[in-house]
Amino acid sequence: MDIIFKNVEHRYQAQTPFEKRALYDIDLEIKTGSYVAVIGHTGSGKSTLLQHLNGLLQPTKGSVTIGDRTIVGGKKEKNLKPLRKKVGIVFQFPEHQLFEETVEKDICFGPINFGVSEEEAKRKAKECLSLVGLPEEVLTKSPFELSGGQMRRVAIAGVLAMEPEVLVLDEPTAGLDPRGRKEIMDMFARLHQQKQLTIVLVTHSMEDAARYADEIVIMNKGTIVKKGTPEEIFSDVTSLMELGLDVPETVLFKHLLESKIGEAIPSTCLTIEETLQGLQTLFARVKKK
Amino acid sequence: MINSMIIGKYVPGRSLIHRLDPRTKLLMMFFYVFIVFLANNVWTYTLLTLFTLSLLLLSKIPFSFIVKGFKPILWVIVFTLLLHVLMTKEGNMLFQFGWIEIYDKGVQQGFFISLRFLLLIAITTLLTLTTTPIEVTDGMEKLLAPFKRWNMPVHELALMMSISLRFIPTLMEETEKIIKAQAARGVDFSSGPFSERMKAMTSLLIPLFISAFKRAEELAIAMEVRGYRGGEGRTKWRQLTWSYLDTLFMLSLISLSILLWLLRS
Repeated sequence: MDIIFKNVEHRYQAQTPFEKRALYDIDLEIKTGSYVAVIGHTGSGKSTLLQHLNGLLQPTKGSVTIGDRTIVGGKKEKNLKPLRKKVGIVFQFPEHQLFEETVEKDICFGPINFGVSEEEAKRKAKECLSLVGLPEEVLTKSPFELSGGQMRRVAIAGVLAMEPEVLVLDEPTAGLDPRGRKEIMDMFARLHQQKQLTIVLVTHSMEDAARYADEIVIMNKGTIVKKGTPEEIFSDVTSLMELGLDVPETVLFKHLLESKIGEAIPSTCLTIEETLQGLQTLFARVKKK
Repeated sequence: MINSMIIGKYVPGRSLIHRLDPRTKLLMMFFYVFIVFLANNVWTYTLLTLFTLSLLLLSKIPFSFIVKGFKPILWVIVFTLLLHVLMTKEGNMLFQFGWIEIYDKGVQQGFFISLRFLLLIAITTLLTLTTTPIEVTDGMEKLLAPFKRWNMPVHELALMMSISLRFIPTLMEETEKIIKAQAARGVDFSSGPFSERMKAMTSLLIPLFISAFKRAEELAIAMEVRGYRGGEGRTKWRQLTWSYLDTLFMLSLISLSILLWLLRS
């Protein structure tokens, strides 16, 4: 399911004194099976952008095409349920949306809303719970007796159980400890590889963007300022810094080391492993000389 | 839906109305509520409407915006109008169709009462649109200060009020967020049979309650940490000042009341 944004603009509270243009001139194509990371400051329009992916927000201008549905700016689109089944959104702090008596019921809530039978939903609940790394006995517990991290996992399982074709993640690991963060991000990467799930990730972590995404979109003040592969994006450290954005520690390291020794490291240094390899080749070369 | 709820929202500005002392605005609103009931004929209603309109104009808040604020309560007004038009059986009959009989007094009464409603809402909306919640509570606290002598917990009441006013927008935002999150999970809040909609409401209300309680607890802790010990000996950073403008507006309201008293039949 390809997603295409054409010249999209979104204004909040149009025609009031609070009117605010949150997005403009958005042209973007998200191919089926890709992993796109959206980066930008708070207030750059990232969250607004991703709410257009399943029609929670509709453009005030331009058009958004999601698979066979096109939402045109200014026209109110109805019957968005089929669209919402295909595009699952995990919002920031998704644990705030838990409400059922048991974890199982809460995970089943989404699938049942989309017309899945109860037994089928329960089966999915079990499957998704193990996917997010929680033991089966959690199913019968109340979501409110779990720890914050566990609640987060339950909420994510609730979206996964809908079996969406596109998974939209709005800072899914904010506030988690480093280990939980890695586990969850690895789980999404596995889903992406094994099930060819399209993933759109909104994040502040440049490390995550560099490690997992195959395309990066950079937003600033409501519009897209740059897009490309992580290699392309992080090869230009200075322009990222001009936008006030961080670069992955490893890329920064490469940048500083290169300017110090005047020798190029033969690697993009997007991850620790890549950096290590690059350094080893560099050392070997220096030794030869 | 939520965006059109403007009650409790402040629109920043530097207009005459914005600059009035909150005490003046509160007192004016308080007395206005009584004065509205003085009006009982075309002249008095015209006068009252003109007065209210000029206040709205002075506030420099876009008129369309105020009108939008009426939307949520429009059906109450329409209902009142219909009730009066259909139920009052006085004066001359204008129209008859089956059991429906419409009299001129009824129509008049209906219009007057709905107008009264509109004016009251306009003036109270104007207060919240031009006064920050903090100003409102400061004004309240000052106005009620004499009652402290009879052990009225004025400061605590003011605090409660400012906290609840402060959290209206926050809770609204929270509501919108949860609505969106649940909509993404396939909940339909606006259509479907009653039982399903009740279920949809629980998926909204439970998370909302939980977060409200959490917030309340966090707020209490944060206040305690910063040494809050109630109103005893507490000084104010923002001092209220009474200017000639305030006297002027109070005088205008008094003259309005006198005029209404003279013109009413």
